[in-house]
Parts: sequence; C-alpha cells; structure tokens
Amino acid sequence: MLEQIAHSRLVLIALSALVVWAATLFLLGRRRAVVLAASSISGGRQMHSRPNYHGYFAALLAAGPAFLALAFYALFGQALADRIAISDLPADFSALSAFERAVQIDAARALAEGGGSGVIASEQPPAVGTLATAMERSRGGAKLIAVAVAIALAVLGAAIALMRIKPALRARTMVERVIGGLLMLCSGVAIATTAGIVLSLVFETIRFFGEVSPLEFMFGLKWSAQTQIRPDQIGSSGAFGAVPLLFGSLMITLIAMLVAAPVGLFAAIYLSEYAGPRFRATVKPILEVLAGVPTVVYGFFALLTVAPAIKAFGEWLNRVLMNLFPGVEGPIIDAQPTSALAAGLVMGVMIIPFVSSLSDDVINAAPQSLRDGSAALGATRAETIRKVILPAALPGIVAALLLAVSRAIGETMIVVMAAGQRAQITANPFSDVTTITVQIVDLLTGDTEFDSPKTLSAFALGFGLFLLTLLFNVIAQQVVKAYREKYE
Amino acid sequence: MNRVDHAAIKASDSDVRRPDGGPTADPRIKVKTRGVSVFYGDKQALFGVDLDIDEKSVTALIGPSGCGKSTYLRCINRMNDTIEGCRIEGSIEIDGEDIHDRSIDPVLLRARVGMVFQKPNPFPKSIFDNVAYGARIHGLASSRKELEEIVQSSLEKAGLWGEVKDRLGQPGTSLSGGQQQRLVIARAIAVRPDVILMDEPCSALDPIATAKIEELIDELRFNYCIVIVTHSMAQAARVSQKTAFFHLGKLVETGPTELIFTNPRESRTQDYITGRFG
Ligand SMILES: Nc1ncnc2c1ncn2[C@@H]1O[C@H](COP(=O)(O)OP(=O)(O)O)[C@@H](O)[C@H]1O
Ligand SMILES: [Mg+2]
Repeated sequence: MLEQIAHSRLVLIALSALVVWAATLFLLGRRRAVVLAASSISGGRQMHSRPNYHGYFAALLAAGPAFLALAFYALFGQALADRIAISDLPADFSALSAFERAVQIDAARALAEGGGSGVIASEQPPAVGTLATAMERSRGGAKLIAVAVAIALAVLGAAIALMRIKPALRARTMVERVIGGLLMLCSGVAIATTAGIVLSLVFETIRFFGEVSPLEFMFGLKWSAQTQIRPDQIGSSGAFGAVPLLFGSLMITLIAMLVAAPVGLFAAIYLSEYAGPRFRATVKPILEVLAGVPTVVYGFFALLTVAPAIKAFGEWLNRVLMNLFPGVEGPIIDAQPTSALAAGLVMGVMIIPFVSSLSDDVINAAPQSLRDGSAALGATRAETIRKVILPAALPGIVAALLLAVSRAIGETMIVVMAAGQRAQITANPFSDVTTITVQIVDLLTGDTEFDSPKTLSAFALGFGLFLLTLLFNVIAQQVVKAYREKYE
Repeated sequence: MNRVDHAAIKASDSDVRRPDGGPTADPRIKVKTRGVSVFYGDKQALFGVDLDIDEKSVTALIGPSGCGKSTYLRCINRMNDTIEGCRIEGSIEIDGEDIHDRSIDPVLLRARVGMVFQKPNPFPKSIFDNVAYGARIHGLASSRKELEEIVQSSLEKAGLWGEVKDRLGQPGTSLSGGQQQRLVIARAIAVRPDVILMDEPCSALDPIATAKIEELIDELRFNYCIVIVTHSMAQAARVSQKTAFFHLGKLVETGPTELIFTNPRESRTQDYITGRFG
C-alpha cells in the first residue's frame, strides 16, 4: 500500500518536473529562434517556421522521450522488477507445486508492498521473506534506473533540440506531425476498442460453434440453454435453436413500431407544419424528456401497470370469444402475466420521441422554397405536406424508422422485466415470449462456467444481435446518403 | 427634361386611373392597389402604395434591395399571409374584386395568381408530375388524356416541350437551371392563372438562359398579366411595358417603361437608373 503510494508519488513528482522542464525548453527554444531570426535578416536567411514552433519543437524533444520512459516505468516497472526477483528464486521454491508457488509469490509481493493486505511476515515460510526482500531490492533498482533514464533523456533531448534550431529547421512540420500522430492515436483507441469487442464476440462465437452446430443455432426451433452438469447425465444436453428468440425480438419490435411509427410521425408532422412556435417550443423539450426516462423505469411501468391490464383485457376478450364460439375447447386467447404486447406497447412509447425528433429534423430539412412553390400553386397546407414534403422527406423518415427498429431490437430492460422467459413461436401477442437480449442477460447472470456451451451461446447471440442492428444501421445510413445527394 | 411630354402621358394616363378609387370599369386594368401598407411585426416595409397593373402586359418593379418589391409582389397572391406576424393595410383588387374580401379563399386566389421565385424550385418529382401538380390538386383534368394535354400545352407555352418531351419521367431537378425555371413557369401556367408574378426570375441564371426566359415573358404577355421584379435595368427595358420604381418602401414613380428610362420625373429614379445608387 505505502509502497504503491510512494510509487505513484514518484511518478507524479517526475511528471510535474517534466512539465516545468518542457515549459522552460519552450521558452528557450523560442528565444533562440527569435535571436536567430533577428540575426538571419542580416545574413539573408529566412526562418522556415515561426518562433513558437521552435519552442514547441524543443519542448517536445526534451520532454517527450522522458515522458515515454516514465510511462513505461509506471505501467510495467514493478512487475518487471518482481519478475527479475522471481527469476532467481531461493532454492526452497523449486520443490513446490505450481499452485503453492503462486500463493507464496503473492504473499511475497504483499510483503514487499509493506504488508498492508493482512499478510504478516512471521506467519510465512522463511522463503517468502527472502523473496520479499529480493523484490524490494529489485524494485528500488528499477526506480533508480527509471529516474536516471528519464533525466538523461530530458537533458539529451533538450541539448539536441537547442542544437538543431536553425533557420532551415522544419519545426512546424515536425510539431504538426507529432500532434497529428497523437490525434490519430486517440481515434485509434476508439477504433481498437470496438474492434476488440467485435473480435472477442467473433472468437467466442467460433468456440460456441465448435460445440453446437451453426445450422442448429440458425435454424433450430427449440431453445433450451442447458448443459450437462455431470458427464454421465442424460437428457439435459440443451437445445440451441435461436429462431424463437429472434422471433420474440422481432415480434416485440413490430408491436413497438406499430405504436411508435404512426404516433411519432404524426407528432413530427404536427410539430413542424401546424403547431405555432409557442406550442412547439414547449412540446419539443417535453418529448425529449420522454427520451431521457431510464429504460428500467419503463420496465417496471410495463411489468406493474401495463402487463396486468393487458392480461385482464386478454382474459375478457377470451370470455367474449368463448361465448361467441361455444363449441371451441380451451382458451382461445391464452393471456399471460407477462406478454409480448405489454413489452411491445411500452417499448413503442419509449421510442416515440426517437421517431418524432428524427422525423421532425428530416421534415424541417425539406427546403422552404418547396413549401412556397406548392402554396403559390394554390395547394392547401395538407396537400403540400402530403404531396410535396412527405415524398421529399420519405427516405429520411425511412432511415429514422430503421434506426428506431435497431434501437428496439437491442433494447433490454423493458423486455427483461415484461416479456417473459419462455422461448416460443406464437402469433398470440397476449402470450409471453423471450428475446435475444433477455436470454443474454439470463445466460450471463448467476453462476456460470466460462467455457460451457450455455455461456458461449450468449456470445453467439450477442454477435447475431450486433450483425442485425449493424444491418439496420447500414441500410439507414445508405438511405440517408441517397437522400442528401438529392438535395445537392 | 421635357415637361411637355410628361403632361401628354399624364393626360392619357388619367382616363385609365379613376381618382375616386372605385371599382375599375376599365378592362385594361387587371390589378389595382390603393394605399397598400405592409408591416412585419412593428416594422413597416411598404408605405401606402397606389399602383395599377395592366392586363396582358408586363409590369416591371425596380428599386434597390430591401425597398419592398418582393413584399409588394407577395401582396398580390396573398403569400404574405403565410408569413408569421405580417399585416397588410389598404385595398387590392383583381378584376375589380377585393382579394381580402371574406368570400375569397386565399388558397384559390393563388391558383389565379401564379408565382415564380428567384431560385428555381421544382418539386423532387418527375417533369410530368411537376407540371401536373396544380392541375391534379384543382381537379382540372377528368382523365389521364386531358392531364397529358394540359402538361403538353403548358410545357409548350413555357417553351420547354421540345427539350423535355422524351424525358417527361425524369426528375425535374435533373434539368439545368434555366430549364428548371421554365419548368416552374409551365407548372404555374398549368393551373390557368390570369396573373403571373415573377420575383427576380433570372438572377440565378446565366445570360443565355436569361435570354430564353425574357423571350418567353415577351410571348406570355399576350395572354397574361405579368409582374416582374428585376435588378437589371436592361431587362426591365427589354421585357416590360410599364415600370414602377420603389424606394425605401414607397412607390416613387410609375409610367411607361420607355418614359421612365429616358425621361423620369423624379431625380431619385434618374439616379437609380443611371447607377448612381442602389
Ligand atoms: N419575412 C419577413 N420578415 C420580416 N421582415 C421582412 C420579411 N421579408 C422582408 N422583410 C423586410 O421588408 C423589407 C422589404 O423587403 P423585400 O420586399 O424583400 O425587399 P426587396 O424584394 O425589394 O429586396 C426589408 O427591409 C426586409 O428586411
Ligand atoms: Mg426581393
């Protein structure tokens, strides 16, 4: 613990020193450039870059390499030092099993850090104490080396920079190249993260397909994610047909879109074409607040309010139908406490602001000149909207709806709470269904083994979900692009 | 300056203008505005404009930017009604009928008074559908054949038929700027207006396209009452029979184009025409 703080304190002090050093070198470099520029006017030689860039050049060269050395030490220094200490272990260690060795090495590391984590030296075998001392020694060495290297690099860099400042030096080009590189690194981090996530999905999916056939996964109609707990167990090998999950996801999405598309679209049309500026200024923010409601709130609204109401309605409908067709046996409509309808309706409400605000943007983007042109021909406002504005805005509206669909498919909280767990293919919206997202949550919460097909199937589902939403997003983007081109 | 000439013109004008401002008996006057003032919120853009616009002729509105030419033009088809906070005073008559009368629906008025804008604004539809748009809305054709006839004759009148007859299904936006402007004129003609308002119809066009539009305007004047706003003195001189000069929201001077350009009454008009300001 203490050692850790001391370690980070050393790094902090060194960093502050580097900042001061960089500022100094900036001033020195600029001074030198100014002096050179003044003298070079008589000498007839123009400076390639302005003095500030020479300053940055000097600062970067003086502080950059030293900073990298310190960063390397902060990240890997201790681990490397420990590794060195371990590499010439006391003889007692070689006799131990791998597991015991790992435990003792951990104990030694704790001791080396000051014994803060409840490890008491006197309770440990003597070899641990020896190793701890070795670690402490080697860590001290690493610290010394790091500081020495950083100082050397800082001084050397400064000297080289000051020597290289000449009228012909392309300081601006170099500084800009370094800055460009840093910016690229940042965007690279974002890309690398995404790529990493996708790659891990892909690899785990491939592992999953090693155990379960892709054909079963893609076309199987039965989902029952069980795995054998004992090798001799029979009859619980599980079924991994993802079709019912996809069906559930699509069914709920469809219900949600049946709510969100018309309501959102008409709201957008009203807001952009009919509402007065006052009304618009009030209602738009309110709609956007609706978009900010946490999905878990929608979820328990769906579970506690909507689902029971839907169940009661379904039961009533069932009674009516049973009376109408007395001959039919069993329930015509099987109403469940959680249902596709409940989850879909609430999800639809959640998506309304999404649809309306995107469509509103698209409708507003249709140029005023089109509205004027239509009005000047004696068209009413409704005719103008129906025959000119909506056709012109249609691709954008389609794109908005596709984005809403991909949002609905990926939505998790509402369906976890209000859709159900039963994987089934049914046309009855009063029945419970389960979705891809619900099953992923289900598979990965609780005790899980990380290499059973049950757990791996979550990755395959996640990958499928990723492909599905990606598809919708790509189509939406293409549509929007085509739409932009139409308006130059 | 020749004062005698002025007196002669005035005399011949006076039997057209009746000082009492009652319903025009004279069939040669199409649009008659009296004391028209326009306000955008608190800001007054037009100050009591009295102007008569002749039937079957071209009237040019000239004047420096912001003097209210477009505002005046938009009064005639009540497009100002669509602008938030815009208020109009005074009387505007077309064929002796007050266009602000309760019995007049501004939407139908706009079918009688066509408008062409500065920037060509074809709808993102096919050439055919652009021209057929107004005819469809107003139910002018009872069959597909009639609609096709309307589209063809409108395009012919706009001098565009020969260029587009083989590509009626292509988008209107695929035409060149000059063609688009003629398409928009055809679109206006298709609803059979009496009056066509044009707000700087050539300012976004190259000289060749401009010449074509001017030629077209010169032909259209035999059948329509045309009011055109223009920044080009040469254009006003070429296409119009009457010219009205606006300055700072007021109508400064109006008269036969020839006279306004050769011998204006007001020194402000003279200054503007000779390019001394504006
Ligand atoms: N929609 C509007 N809202 C407020 N003021 C306007 C509007 N349209 C025009 N104006 C003002 O009215 C005056 C006349 O404008 P306009 O008729 O467009 O002039 P012109 O067409 O002669 O250049 C200008 O001062 C302009 O700023
Ligand atoms: Mg104007």
